[in-house]
Amino acid sequence: MMSDDSEKPVADPKPDTKSSPPPKPDTKSSPPPKPDTKSSPPPKPASKKPEEKPIELPAFEKGISDKLVEKFGDKVEVGFVKKDRVRINISKENIHKVAEFVRDALNYDHVESVTGVDFPTDKEIEVVYHVGSYTDSSLARQILVLATRAPREENPIPGQDSTRLPSIRDVFYSAEFGEREVFEMLGVYFEGHPDNRRLLLPEDWADLPPLRKDFAIKGR
Amino acid sequence: MLKDLITPENANVFVGKLGDILEKAIDKPLGYAINWGRIWSLWPVHIETACCSVEFGAASSPRYDVERFGIIEAFGSLRQCDLIVVQGTITRKMAPRLRLVYDQMPEPKYVIAMGACAITGGLYFDSYNVLPGIDGVIPVDVYVPGCPPRPETLIQGCMLLQEKIKRMKARKIV
Amino acid sequence: MTAELPPGLALQKADERIMTLNVGPQHPGSGHMRIVVQIDGDYIVACDPDPGYVHRGEEKMAEYRNYITNIPHLERPVIHDSCNILYPYVLGAEEILGIEVPERAKYVRVIASELNRCIYTMYWLAIYGIFLGHSTMFMWPAGDRELLIDLMEKMTGARVTHAHFVPGGVRNDLPPNFEDTCLRQVNYFERRIKEYAAVFYDNPVLISRTRGTGVLSRQDAIRLGTTGSVLRASGIDYDLRVKEPYDVYDELDVHTNVMKEGDSYARSRVPWLDMMESCNIIRQALQKIPKSGSVRTKLKPNPKTKGPATVYKRVESGRGSLGCYIVSDGKPEPYRVKMSVGSFRNLIALPYLLKGEKLGNMPSVYWSLNYWPVEADR
Ligand code: SF4
Repeated sequence: MMSDDSEKPVADPKPDTKSSPPPKPDTKSSPPPKPDTKSSPPPKPASKKPEEKPIELPAFEKGISDKLVEKFGDKVEVGFVKKDRVRINISKENIHKVAEFVRDALNYDHVESVTGVDFPTDKEIEVVYHVGSYTDSSLARQILVLATRAPREENPIPGQDSTRLPSIRDVFYSAEFGEREVFEMLGVYFEGHPDNRRLLLPEDWADLPPLRKDFAIKGR
Repeated sequence: MLKDLITPENANVFVGKLGDILEKAIDKPLGYAINWGRIWSLWPVHIETACCSVEFGAASSPRYDVERFGIIEAFGSLRQCDLIVVQGTITRKMAPRLRLVYDQMPEPKYVIAMGACAITGGLYFDSYNVLPGIDGVIPVDVYVPGCPPRPETLIQGCMLLQEKIKRMKARKIV
Repeated sequence: MTAELPPGLALQKADERIMTLNVGPQHPGSGHMRIVVQIDGDYIVACDPDPGYVHRGEEKMAEYRNYITNIPHLERPVIHDSCNILYPYVLGAEEILGIEVPERAKYVRVIASELNRCIYTMYWLAIYGIFLGHSTMFMWPAGDRELLIDLMEKMTGARVTHAHFVPGGVRNDLPPNFEDTCLRQVNYFERRIKEYAAVFYDNPVLISRTRGTGVLSRQDAIRLGTTGSVLRASGIDYDLRVKEPYDVYDELDVHTNVMKEGDSYARSRVPWLDMMESCNIIRQALQKIPKSGSVRTKLKPNPKTKGPATVYKRVESGRGSLGCYIVSDGKPEPYRVKMSVGSFRNLIALPYLLKGEKLGNMPSVYWSLNYWPVEADR
């Protein structure tokens, strides 16, 4: 099913939304996880130093991020553009649409890993998808990093509180086990995921989700 | 003379004494024979619990070949086994299953704790999902330290177990 | 749970016809995991893998140790492939700590990682023999594997848990005369594994048990995001050593082995072909390695990071692409370490492959996924 889409050419400009032609300034060395200085959902680096002579961004990777910015305007924010790695920060309402666009127009076809990172100071949990491509040989060494954030609650009841994200399992099937793992390890419920069950932890686990920062391992 | 000593009242006492003497006389050689049979055919259960199973596999490979010491390669059903080699970490999810396996094995049964993880938790002493040693779950006969133990160490552990079985009581005297 | 899964993949309510079986965790055909299968007669109708019996919380522990002390426990998920599983972590830590690696160390790493790939694959092949009830297939690889383990022991000092890769290079230089010994043993090893074709891969028993079972089509392999030999056995030419060369792989000539069939037979044959390719790579690396030079940039005991950063590094391990995502917040300990491991990614294919198979084919399909449960659970 996926590869039917991927037979399309790589460049699919989709000139429907010409809202924001100028691409956002891609700060090359923007460090996304900086859990102490941020409060807004997309991790914008607080120290926004105006780099007068921009460091040369890799052209191909810049093209990918430009396409996304062109399509979605300011709904997406470019985290960094490095060699072979592009990071896009997306709010949780748009993650599904962006994932669909990434699959259909940009030819990415599988999720390599789904990672949850807890940021207690921001009261948010970040979920990061690393998306790659097998079918398009020009993308073989590229990893597109889609990052989104869910609100975090102090006393989590996994599955019932507001820590929710839309699942992209119906876009990228390969995210299925990864999302299940994030659900049990961080308590992020994925709406639309048909199988939000426990995967790795014991059946009788009743503690906090273990990868949250306030879950301390013994003796530390 | 004997006739005077044995009366119908105390006959069963004498028979009991005689039985004791007989048992003492027979038990040692018989027990020795039973134990001798046991030590050369230890059947380990096929239960892998963590990465130490790599070295357990290597121990039955042609170079180390534990089979020549009477430890048979792990195949078959646990109902015919009498040895558990706990090959490494026991997590909280695995612990009830390990106990279940132990309970289903027929007596007599022996346990070798292989690897630092099975002894104390090892490298994972502070992990949230790992038991600090398996002694809380099942009784252990021999500890084989190492992370992972080399196959030679495992073989030595098995030989220690055989030594131990040799000295054990073969049968329970009531 | 049942409604939106593709029909037939979710477990159904057991009735008189459909029986639910628990395979594992104490079972010769499951390893350290449980597979819940539902069978109708002899045919599997649904399957639900239940991993997590070796989940040891590596990722949580990594947050409490610094970049150097993380090394020993992060290699434990695959102790017989310990160089490869450390590789992405070490590459990422180097980027975060800002260290350069000497040229000779890069070659030593390539040699060690290829030797380890062979050691892993031989063990996997040996266990595949047990799963198929083929004793020779256990004994031969398990015995020949010791040759390479000897080499690694000479090189690193330990049989399986080497902890040889550190940020900044490798721990020790090659021992004297290692090159000659290595070349001799690798040549012998290659001659030896070529003989396996006659005993295993042309063996009618193996063929009848693996050909045509568990066929993973090209589309599905992409859609499920499988990796490594599973992917290459389904006809997709993707190997990170070629596609995204790390360290010195771009200077070496690496050939990717691809098979079209996508069945268990192809999946069992691709790793064997990869081993011969590894022998080739080792020979090339032994030729090109700089004859002298340092192998390690020394680090302070508690090294400073350059500041907040995220890295995602990938390498090709014995089980496919192995990624490590490190989030650093500038402290000496990583803020988050995530291992994206090949076994975990291949596990998702198991319900697809087993549906409609005979129960007797379960072990051969399961183990052909190049799966190592300890790694998948982390
Ligand atoms: S003792 Fe070491 S090798 Fe054995 S299970 Fe524990 S960590 Fe793994």
